[in-house]
Amino acid sequence: MTSRAERSANYLILAAFAVFALFPILTIVVSALGPDDSGAGTASMAGLHPGNFAQAWRIGHFGTYLRTSLTVSVTVVAVSVVLSILSGFAFGTMRFRGSTALFYLFLLGIMMPSEAIVVPLYFDLRTLGLTDTLWAIVLPQIAQSVAFGTFWMRASFRSSSRAVVEAARLDGASNRRILWQVLVPLARPAIVTLTVLSFMWTWNEFLIPLVMVTDESLRTAPLGLAFFQGQYTQGFTLLAAGAVIVALPVVALYLFLQRHFIAGMLEGAVRE
Amino acid sequence: MTVERVAPGAVEEALQPPRRRSGGGPPGEPRRVAYLYLLPAFLVYAAFLLYPLARSVQLSFYRWDGLSLGTWVGLGNYVDVVRDAGLRAAFGHALVLMVFYAVVPLVVGLVLASILNRAKVRGLGFFRTVVFLPQVVAMVVVAVAWRRIYAPDGTLNSLLSALGLGSLTRGWLGDYTLALPAVGFIGTWFETGLVTVLLLAGMGRISGELYEAARLDGAGPVREFLAVTLPSVRGEIAVALTLTVIAALRTFDLVYVTTRGGPGNSTSVPSYEVYHRAFELGQVGSAAAIGVCLTIIIFVISFGITRIGDRDTTR
Repeated sequence: MTSRAERSANYLILAAFAVFALFPILTIVVSALGPDDSGAGTASMAGLHPGNFAQAWRIGHFGTYLRTSLTVSVTVVAVSVVLSILSGFAFGTMRFRGSTALFYLFLLGIMMPSEAIVVPLYFDLRTLGLTDTLWAIVLPQIAQSVAFGTFWMRASFRSSSRAVVEAARLDGASNRRILWQVLVPLARPAIVTLTVLSFMWTWNEFLIPLVMVTDESLRTAPLGLAFFQGQYTQGFTLLAAGAVIVALPVVALYLFLQRHFIAGMLEGAVRE
Repeated sequence: MTVERVAPGAVEEALQPPRRRSGGGPPGEPRRVAYLYLLPAFLVYAAFLLYPLARSVQLSFYRWDGLSLGTWVGLGNYVDVVRDAGLRAAFGHALVLMVFYAVVPLVVGLVLASILNRAKVRGLGFFRTVVFLPQVVAMVVVAVAWRRIYAPDGTLNSLLSALGLGSLTRGWLGDYTLALPAVGFIGTWFETGLVTVLLLAGMGRISGELYEAARLDGAGPVREFLAVTLPSVRGEIAVALTLTVIAALRTFDLVYVTTRGGPGNSTSVPSYEVYHRAFELGQVGSAAAIGVCLTIIIFVISFGITRIGDRDTTR
């Protein structure tokens, strides 16, 4: 049905849109690999300059920031995934008084913006002496991830056959065995999705670390980049190199597990 | 969803003789132990989301600088949200951002997705990977990239000069009238891919028979789009609008890194005002009130839009 001209036109549209989506990202990558424009270096102009990354790493302290980000993300993901599996198990396979009301309470958390909680959280944690510690960055984000994770794991456990659970119960399997040896293996794809999504959200989070820490050694990677942009004004090359460093972990994960990212972000939004 | 309310185990439960098991419930239906499984998640959730939300509401009734004792002002901070010109402007800016974040991507996404869906082109998988990429890049990185593009000596101006449009060049983010659209356009850039991928998935599920029937009736591409495609993806449209409208309301990182609300307050948005007032101006109560308003608006939009989407997909 489609004529040759129409098909070429379609590919042209496809290509144009792909270029539009990639253009700003390529701007950064090209600048990061190009000659240093700060005027300080004596580097030759031609060719690639991977040395920019080393220089940005040193001048911008990205090593420290990445370490903080890694600690925060791994902690948040590990704790919230385990807690979500437990709560999703309760909501997904058990009947108990108040389950509907409690579940809706968790649903509120998915929609609640950080802006709503960050103000009192800062002042209350300051009273407890917890600001400027990793706790202040980690705990609120565990709560946010648990809200989504509970919803996500509940849906997954509900869809995995009820018959399987009932059969295991009749065999006298304990709840703990049913969860960890029957349901969790079945739900592995959903758990992987939850893991990568929580990792991405935590890694990219900006407001909570911005408010909670002033200590430079506790800055997460995006926060470090924002401050680096404010302080380093000698050129764009090192800033671009820093931006690549900050974005790379999540982008690399995305390229390997993109199906999980896309499915999770789209289905996660489609409630119930 | 209420269909499942008649629990499948209820009948058997009534028929079977009670057996003694831990928890005391009917066989195979643990009950009280459920609370134990819920407890850790609930504790963290209650302590770090629910309690702060309640505290936010409480703080919003006070005038407080974060240090000394606060004074009770009742609904004063909420009155200010409506009366204060700066705050009204911030909410107005959020509305402008919604056009850029939600409306434009939806229109572009609908056109793009229906073209691609009709054409059955190859390389769609690669295309999806590429256009979805902006969603996973940290917003700070996105902001750094676009600051470079919009800079006075940046990419956009070089491009305009090369095209002989040198008279149009300017510092885009420093321009009172153009800074907000410039920020909004960044939103268009990263939301269009998401919306397109979402709509493509929805259109891929439309049965080919519907299109054949439409073609037999002599419908052209436009009629086909209006009569078949559009009604079939209402659910996806609702989801796309919810996601993008909320993203527009929650714009913080982008404004913080690109413009800091400036020039003047021409790009200040509610999320930025929450931060600015609480941590830079010492108007904690007012910041809390804005946060509460933002939350209510987001709840209403989420429920409202999903209702509209639901009404069309109810069986």
